[in-house]
Amino acid sequence: MSNVVAPGLRSATLAEERVESTRVARLGPGPFRLALNYGVLVVVTILFISPILYMFIASFKPNDKVLAGLSGFVPQSPSFNNYADVFSRFNGVQTGTYGGFFVTSAIVSAVIVIGGLVINSTAAYALARLKWPGRDLVLLGVIALVILPFEAIAVPLFYMLNGIRNTYFVQFLPFIANPFSIYLFYTFFVGLPKSLEEAARVDGAGPWRTFFYIMLPNAKPVFATVATLQFLASWAAFLWPVMMVDNPQVRPLPLAISVFQSQPPILWGDIMAFGVMMVMPVLVVFLVFQRWFIQSVVASGVKG
Amino acid sequence: MSSTAPSVPVTRLQRDTGTALAMVGPAVLFLLAFILVPFLYAIYLSTQNLHLGSGQPANFVGLEQYRRILLDPDFRGDFYRALVNNATFAVVVVPVQTGLALGIALLLNRRLRGMPIFRTFFFMPVVFPMALVSVVWKLIYARDDVGMLNSFLRIVSLGHWQAHDFLGDPKTAMISIIAMSIWAGVGFQMVILLAGLQSISSTLYEAASIDRANKWQQLLNVTLPGLRNTLIFVVIVTTIFSLRLFDQVYIMTAGGPQNATTTVMYQAVTIAFQNGNVGNASAMTVIFFIIVLIIALAQRRLLREEREIA
Repeated sequence: MSNVVAPGLRSATLAEERVESTRVARLGPGPFRLALNYGVLVVVTILFISPILYMFIASFKPNDKVLAGLSGFVPQSPSFNNYADVFSRFNGVQTGTYGGFFVTSAIVSAVIVIGGLVINSTAAYALARLKWPGRDLVLLGVIALVILPFEAIAVPLFYMLNGIRNTYFVQFLPFIANPFSIYLFYTFFVGLPKSLEEAARVDGAGPWRTFFYIMLPNAKPVFATVATLQFLASWAAFLWPVMMVDNPQVRPLPLAISVFQSQPPILWGDIMAFGVMMVMPVLVVFLVFQRWFIQSVVASGVKG
Repeated sequence: MSSTAPSVPVTRLQRDTGTALAMVGPAVLFLLAFILVPFLYAIYLSTQNLHLGSGQPANFVGLEQYRRILLDPDFRGDFYRALVNNATFAVVVVPVQTGLALGIALLLNRRLRGMPIFRTFFFMPVVFPMALVSVVWKLIYARDDVGMLNSFLRIVSLGHWQAHDFLGDPKTAMISIIAMSIWAGVGFQMVILLAGLQSISSTLYEAASIDRANKWQQLLNVTLPGLRNTLIFVVIVTTIFSLRLFDQVYIMTAGGPQNATTTVMYQAVTIAFQNGNVGNASAMTVIFFIIVLIIALAQRRLLREEREIA
């Protein structure tokens, strides 16, 4: 654009721009710039979320209308047939049931989140606030383990726990204690002012009472952070179930959709309906507790 | 740290030790049983010749598994191919995703009405399980004109686009997985960068605009230096994430076509699970861990330099 503009004109525009940019700093963008900003944002956002829209629309369409190029976005004879199909196609011992997949994911996630909150927070409290022999060593060990990704131990763990494959236990056991969660709790507890609990301890409250009545009420944000991160990870767990679960009775949702999309007849409307049902709980929780969710992710980044 | 010790009577201290062990015990036991022991066991297993279901006892083979993975002409091809794929993924995803996330964060970091709504939309894919994302995108990448992407490209190219089998062609399979992964992950980086942007003092921008710095100069001289640590963090996290690549590959391409999308983790799982070769797979995960460790140590180093400057 600029190379067709005469030199004099060009410097004039530059000067104008400079004047405008100082004005912008004080008054905010003019109506044209504002409209342009929103226009760009809206277009980019629609493009960005189109895969999600596609999933939702396809879940309500007849199966043979899903794979149809861009007209996949056009809702046609919408119905809940695909949802009904998911329940009728998963109806027994051979196939597993949708309810069974859901319950598996729910139980596994609940144990990991709740169990994780309890044992990781108490451990972090003991590391941050109590004096006991060996504390520094344990702290060092926990921090060292943060670097170790689950993938690095998946194979030996698969070999060690092969005897209890196809259970709920094997799906949650390795994930309850989490070095990164302990680390998040630890940095939070260390950062709380000591005066908070000293008063309680002087009044004769032991560590448990101090933890429950003084620390817990002040530590809600970090509990929310850890719960969110653990829940997102466990609801999406895939690698571990791939290795440990082949019985459809205890199959979690991500593995179930992977099996579903690979076994004929492949009916994409049904598969998308499965997807919608699988993501809905997370999506609802996310939209309701959005601020917590985003803060959790940010907190994991700032502290990690 | 230790200021409570003198003020607390000895009996209290002893009771604290008992309580502390009760508090820390469960977590420590779980960490030992399910992280530390398996890790040491991985190192041990990597020195063994051990096949599941073969009925043969394990026997010590020293570094043979490593030699096979890294040096043996019959086997090393697969592993290096996987490593190259992981590296390709990282080399594309890290700069592109970080750049996009920064762009979106800059776009959203204005005091305009409705920004939180846009932020919600960009963050939304982060809560989608990767297995589901992979299934939806498999449909988007479907070959022939019925595929969403093919149909879209055909319309924007005014009919010139020839329908392409994105996941079935070795040339485009990896880049397709990469594009999808960027879509799924950009929101995560975006919210972290947005928080970083908001922590940069506005007086720095005021000073810059008094100095007549234009938007570009402000970006280069105020915004990017202010985001340095945040950027290092997201870059490292995304690099390690690139090494862990598994779900997308398992669902969309099963490592194919012709190993075009195989990854280190995909190989380790296939070797352990389908071939039952636990020794070889363990050696592979040990190598995987060493690579992760090197990247993590590089991060420490970068961050420490920053502190020394500051």
